[in-house]
Parts: sequence; structure tokens; C-alpha cells
Amino acid sequence: MELHQQYPVHLRINGQDREFNVESWVTLLDLLRERADLTGTKKGCDHGQCGACTVLVDGKRINSCMTLAVMQNGREVTTVEGLADGENLAPIQQAFIDCDAFQCGYCTPGQLCSAVGLMNEGQAKTLHDVRELMSGNLCRCGAYPQITQAVAGVMGITEPGADGKTAFTTGPVLA
Amino acid sequence: MNPFVFNQPKDLDGVLAALQAPQTRPIAGGTNLIDLMKEGVMAPPNLVDINAIGLDEIDVGADGLRLGALAKNADTAYHETVRERFPLLSAAILAGASPQLRNMATNGGNLMQRTRCVYFYDVGTPCNKREPGTGCPAKDGFNRQLAILGTSEACIATHPSDMCVALRALDAVVHVKSAGGGERSIEFAHFHRLPEDRPEIDNTLQPGELITHISVPEADRFMAHSAYIKVRDRLSYSFALVSVAAALDIGDDGTIRQARVALGGVAHKPWRIEAAEAMLVGQAPNEAAFTAVADAILQGAQGYGDNDFKLPLGRNAIVQALTSAARGTDYARGQRTGDHQGEQA
Repeated sequence: MELHQQYPVHLRINGQDREFNVESWVTLLDLLRERADLTGTKKGCDHGQCGACTVLVDGKRINSCMTLAVMQNGREVTTVEGLADGENLAPIQQAFIDCDAFQCGYCTPGQLCSAVGLMNEGQAKTLHDVRELMSGNLCRCGAYPQITQAVAGVMGITEPGADGKTAFTTGPVLA
Repeated sequence: MNPFVFNQPKDLDGVLAALQAPQTRPIAGGTNLIDLMKEGVMAPPNLVDINAIGLDEIDVGADGLRLGALAKNADTAYHETVRERFPLLSAAILAGASPQLRNMATNGGNLMQRTRCVYFYDVGTPCNKREPGTGCPAKDGFNRQLAILGTSEACIATHPSDMCVALRALDAVVHVKSAGGGERSIEFAHFHRLPEDRPEIDNTLQPGELITHISVPEADRFMAHSAYIKVRDRLSYSFALVSVAAALDIGDDGTIRQARVALGGVAHKPWRIEAAEAMLVGQAPNEAAFTAVADAILQGAQGYGDNDFKLPLGRNAIVQALTSAARGTDYARGQRTGDHQGEQA
């Protein structure tokens, strides 16, 4: 086999079957942005440290910068472009607008996909849990309180958690 | 990233055969290896994707836990029985990385992840782990994150895992296979190694060997009294400055029958001193006893400037973890240490 050979990759992206031929080293993020023309997913750090590239693969949130497209062959990918139903925003998208949960917006696609993943996982029971389980998405504008409010609002979560106080743990969440 | 040939065998034998080729690395979750390849720290010309071969079981039986090498960290931590019967392991996994990364990272890969020492990552600097013989700028450089125990002239890197700290405390065993029917078991204590004069070697896995699963012996006696404390520069999604896995078996008379304490963030491998744990047997759980244990565990610890604070921090974190464990796993789960950070520092 040749170092520069191309590999066929089949993905179902936002409900559409797509075929690609990519080099082995193309990340899922670069495939989405450069080959599939889905630039909603953002490249922040490209090192798994910021969460801007978060997408859902088979319903689970992952960092698309930290996986190779060839490793995801055959999977179903949902990006921020796939969250809305036509012109009807997903509840989490509307909640971000209602809660003013973004400023510059660069982290928002990742935040939205991460929030959907969080809801699919079903582990968050308190506001504290939401904060901890959204911690894989950095927001340098600092919209964290509004993001928490948006996610918790959609999930119907009002319980503060962490002994009723709003901050801080150095330990994990085991709701 | 370097060009490489990608191969995805459909079964374990295919993977083991592929790993016989020189300069071939397995890839599972990819959350560390892909990053290292982007940085040019590692540049394997052959990658073997091992995700199609199963090995993703999470089985709990009377004799303990069996974790497939390819089971995801998140699935392991959230597994109902793991959570109930191995709360220390569940807590340690959930203290690491982010939800996205835990969805990707595998149990075998967690063991195989490499140090996050900034000099190891920066190919523009010398590093004995990355390029043997080039030197270690960390000893006199930025070493806030780095080791205080078991270091060598050549290297002061730490192993970055949280999960491994709990696995060490719980006497896990790593099971590996190689082509031609080769098979062996490695006690967790002997899986990772100290840097000595060969810091480029992280562990005792041999070329061609693949982790198939990790077993953890039954640990029900620790269920009620386990705590994982992680102290870091921010409250989540950050590597440990110091972490402590503590588990106690407390008898009906209120004295300690057995204790386990392992540390992360302080050495090239999870740090555990069994002789120090033995000091607690027969004792009532109290601060004086815990402090004596902490001092015994940290005996010989040495700072390198930026990380001098890890000596008192480690001591306090051990006492706090043991105190939390003594109060109970439920207490430790809801434990908030933010209020006490000033005291710790």
C-alpha cells in the first residue's frame, strides 16, 4: 500500500449518504469542513482542548479533530447544520437565542452539539452536573452562565446540586 | 500529520499479525496518538485501527471486573454495576478529560497515553523521552505539572491518567496477547515503569503485544469508603497537579481493616506504597493517622522549583482523600473541595 493512497469513506451526514475518498491522515473535522462543505463545525484548537469541533457520531458527542475520517467509515454524523428541522430550530438552538448564550458565536456549534450529546447521555440531574458535563466546551467570551441556563432550561433542570451551592468541585460528578 | 498507511483488520488475529510489522502502531480512540502525530512527536508510518475487533465488554462477576481494552471510558464509568461496586474507578474516570474525550477514549488507550510534559510535546526542545540522549530541560524549566517522586536524572515526566490511579489502588491486572498465541498478564504495579535511564519507555508492554482486557479483583469491602480527589489548575477538564485514590475497609468496631492509597500527577507511574497503607491497619480513621501515612507515602519526594508546592499539596490531598473515604463514598461523591482550596495550598 502507498503512503499517499486514498481511502473510500462512506458517511451518513445529517441524514444524507455521502461518499468521499480521503487520505489516511484527514481528520473527521477536516473532512466535514474541506470535503463536505459543512463549515458550521469549527476548528478551534485542533488538539481536543476546546470542544469547538464537537459533533455527534451515532448520537454520541466527540471531538471531530481527534479522530480520522477513515476510522468513522459507515457511521452516522450529525453536525450543527443537522440539528434544526428545516426552518424550525431545535429546542436547544432556540434556548441559546432566548438565553443570550453566545457572544462571538465561534464555540456555539460545538456547544449545541455537545448539549444534544449531554441530553442523549441522560447523566445530568442538577445545574452542577450540567456545568461539569459541558466543561469540554470552552467559551472565551464567557457565556457559561447563559449556556448552563439554556441547557438546563431545555432539560427542565432547576436543582442546583453540589450541596445547594453553585460552585466548585475538584472531584467528579456521580449524579 | 505524517503520511501513513492505514489498515483496519476485522479480527484480533489480523491485528496481532499486523502489529508484527516494524514501525506499526495500533490506534483505538486516537485522542492522544492523533494529537502527538499532529505535533510531530510521533510519526508512525503504519497505523492499525483496532476498533473493528470487539474487546469492548464490561463484565462484572463474583470475582471482579473485566474491562475490554476497547470499551470506552464513558461506558465504563457510567456502567451501573461499576458505579455501584467500583465507585473509585468510576469517579477516577469521570475526573479525567471531557465528556467528548471520554466517549472516544478506550480503557486500553487510557493506559497507553503519554506524558503531557510541555518539553515532550515541543519538538523544538530537547527531551530524553522523545529523543533519547538530548537532555531534559524540564528539571530547570517549566515543571509545575511534573514529578516529585521516582524521578531520574534523565526525566521528571508524569503519567497523566486518572483511571490508572484507581486501577493501581485496586490491584488491577493488564492482560495482553501477541501473534502466535502469545499471552501474559501484567500486575498493574509493573505495567508502567519509572524513567530511570530509559525514559523513552513508558511501560513494560513489548513490541507486538496488544492489551486485550484489564481485570480488577472484587473490591466490595471498599465500596462504602472510597474517594477520588483531583486537584488541578481549573475545576474541570484539566490534568491533575495531584490526585489521590483512597479506599478503606472499615470494620464494625470502627477501625481500619485495610487501606489503599494511590497518587496521580506526582510520578512516571501511579504512586503507591503498600508499607504506608499497612500503617493504618487496626487504627481508627483520624487525621493524625492519615498524616503519618501521607508522610510515609511522600518519603523521598523532591521538588524542582515550579512544582515544590506539590509536596505540601500532596500531603494535604492524601489526608483529605482518606478523610473523605472514611466519611463514606456518598459523602466523597458530593464532596466539594473548592471551599478548602486556600487551606490546601
